[in-house]
Amino acid sequence: MARTFHIGGVRLKDCKLSAHSAMERVELPMRVVLPLGQHIGAPARPVVAAGDRVVRGQCVAEAASVVSASLHSPISGIVRSIGLVRNARGFDVEAIEIEATESDHRIDIESMSKPLVAVRDKGNVSADEILACVREAGIVGLGGATFPTAVKLNVPPGKNIDTLVINAAECEPYLTCDHALMLSDPAGIIIGAELVMKALGVSNAVIGVEDNKPDAIESLRSHVAPGSGIVIVPLKEKYPQGGEKQLIFAMTRREVPSGGLPADVGVVVVNVATARAVCMAVVYGEPLIERVVTVTGPRLPRPANYLVPIGYPVDELISKSGGDDVPVGKIVLGGPMMGAAVENTEVPVEKGSSGILLLPPDMSHRAQPEPCILCARCVSVCPMGLEPYLISTLSRLGRVGEAVDAGVADCIECGSCSYICPSSRPILDFIRYGKMSSRRVRKSK
Amino acid sequence: MNMDIVLIAAIVLGVIGLLSALVLFIVARRFSVVEDGRVVAVEELLPGANCGACGYSGCHAFAAECVSRGGVDSLLCPGAGQEGMAKIAAIMGGGIQSVVPKVAVLRCAGECARRHKVAVYEGPRSCSVVNRAGAGELSCAFGCLGCGDCVAACAFGALSIDVSTGLPHIDAGKCTGCGMCSLVCPRNLIEIRPAGPRGRLVWVACSNPEKGAVARRGCEAACIGCGKCVKACPFGAVMLNGALARIDADKCRLCRKCVAQCPTGAILTAGFPEVSGENVVNPVKS
Repeated sequence: MARTFHIGGVRLKDCKLSAHSAMERVELPMRVVLPLGQHIGAPARPVVAAGDRVVRGQCVAEAASVVSASLHSPISGIVRSIGLVRNARGFDVEAIEIEATESDHRIDIESMSKPLVAVRDKGNVSADEILACVREAGIVGLGGATFPTAVKLNVPPGKNIDTLVINAAECEPYLTCDHALMLSDPAGIIIGAELVMKALGVSNAVIGVEDNKPDAIESLRSHVAPGSGIVIVPLKEKYPQGGEKQLIFAMTRREVPSGGLPADVGVVVVNVATARAVCMAVVYGEPLIERVVTVTGPRLPRPANYLVPIGYPVDELISKSGGDDVPVGKIVLGGPMMGAAVENTEVPVEKGSSGILLLPPDMSHRAQPEPCILCARCVSVCPMGLEPYLISTLSRLGRVGEAVDAGVADCIECGSCSYICPSSRPILDFIRYGKMSSRRVRKSK
Repeated sequence: MNMDIVLIAAIVLGVIGLLSALVLFIVARRFSVVEDGRVVAVEELLPGANCGACGYSGCHAFAAECVSRGGVDSLLCPGAGQEGMAKIAAIMGGGIQSVVPKVAVLRCAGECARRHKVAVYEGPRSCSVVNRAGAGELSCAFGCLGCGDCVAACAFGALSIDVSTGLPHIDAGKCTGCGMCSLVCPRNLIEIRPAGPRGRLVWVACSNPEKGAVARRGCEAACIGCGKCVKACPFGAVMLNGALARIDADKCRLCRKCVAQCPTGAILTAGFPEVSGENVVNPVKS
């Protein structure tokens, strides 16, 4: 039987509308906007100035601290400006704008049409070389959390890692970007996994794929060489299977302690798209300048998976899938469970953009919240074994200390509680607020 | 029925009662705390909101401090105000020094008409929650969210959301300057400002530190950092912090020359006699 985690979880209708559309590479844009803070940690520091010429793959901003990631230009062209742009949440953030000229554009297209050339032999690189490559390539967790991968792979001394877990669960409904990648480049994923194993010095890797993607499981399996130590594990379809702690439990039966990291139980988790990015960086010397983005929605004419250069306008992707011709009530960046509704679509695709979900007006509104009836369904679905109704109420009342005692910091913000609530209460909204307040309290102490 | 049973029960109960009374008497004597009658009297004059604006942990602590000092020098309960402090001083048998009262002012003038709506928010109406979710429904990421966390925090009923502007209205007559509203504002928009004579105030009603063009894109009433107010001020009270002007309340002489110069109307006044066409908000109750 397919494995899964043991506490809580919900069965969602998977709605993978774009599952059967092959990955499509979009054309190179003439202009890209690269926000400096596309990852968790300090925003990158620009190393170019307005007016500079850059080429495709050139580093335009470098990691500003240990927890940070550098940024590369996906096109050749001229740096137009380094200034503020409005991001999807409505805040003004610093970004580099690069514009291509006709000749740059032609050269880029020509160079991209050539087959990739390996710059390193995958069997012959050392662990340090891989780490350096990952750091230089600006690779971050592509599952959405955007944690710098180089930091993750640099395991602190004293922690003994024995297993690499590759997260290919893709438990969010609608999203199929990882699925498309597993079908189009399984070889790259497996090479990436081997490289990450080498960097960590482990001999076991498990790739967890939910069993609603049998073709992806098949495609990965056919590329695993016997004796490589990589095992493809089918997982039961259950949300939030792709949560780090849930996935570790499902795959290894180990439980990450509260407040701990996967490294505490000897595991490192890497997303499947991140593994492929590692392969691209180490073997082909290509930094993280493109990713797969799913554009989907229940009424969208052409839900699809696009291989998109970072910095490509989100508007244009929406138009490509026919989003301009259908009534749209809400646009969500990310999946329907954990993604955030945006107030501005004139934004670039970032390293963490996994999907763009267009919801029609009738699916866009929240139901009127009713009083809590103490049915405890939120408790039964919470994958962390918390009491969401209680934490939510304590947070709302500003009783932060009690919320911390009830485990507010352990919440993974998966949204199962708000989803299941028969009274449509905004449980997660208040838990997030409580989490933020508890962090503030801890800081001021 | 035997009378003995009744009698025995009465005696037993009576003895228990007497013993308990004795224990209570001894305990009360032994652990009695003599409280100065003046503390009780002073506490009765205080508002009882335990807001902490005086700097003490509550009204009782403040009353005890008054009595232990034997006067009210440099102590002020903003809730009781100058009159209340005079009464407290009378209990102590002394006079009062005048302490400058403080009131809350909102450092945002982005009313609905001057800041366009860019999004629809349907979650819980709480500024803290909205602030966590994004920049809010209106176009400025630094301005007032208008959900009224400050209104809920005010123990004196001095704040209310003005439906026409979407911003909190501060009733300077009721505001005690305790600062509770300022603490709960997730965007730190409420400043506790010393009021001038007759409660007059001049302040920059904007918190957007962005450069002029960027700030102006979000809100018509934004301070654009043009520096006209700095030049206009004869007392050197206005300074520019990046692209955001700030008026030093200690140096400001309330001449209002800066108000006339501001091209976006970001400098607001309160407490001045109303003249037609003048930019007046928060008029102080006479």
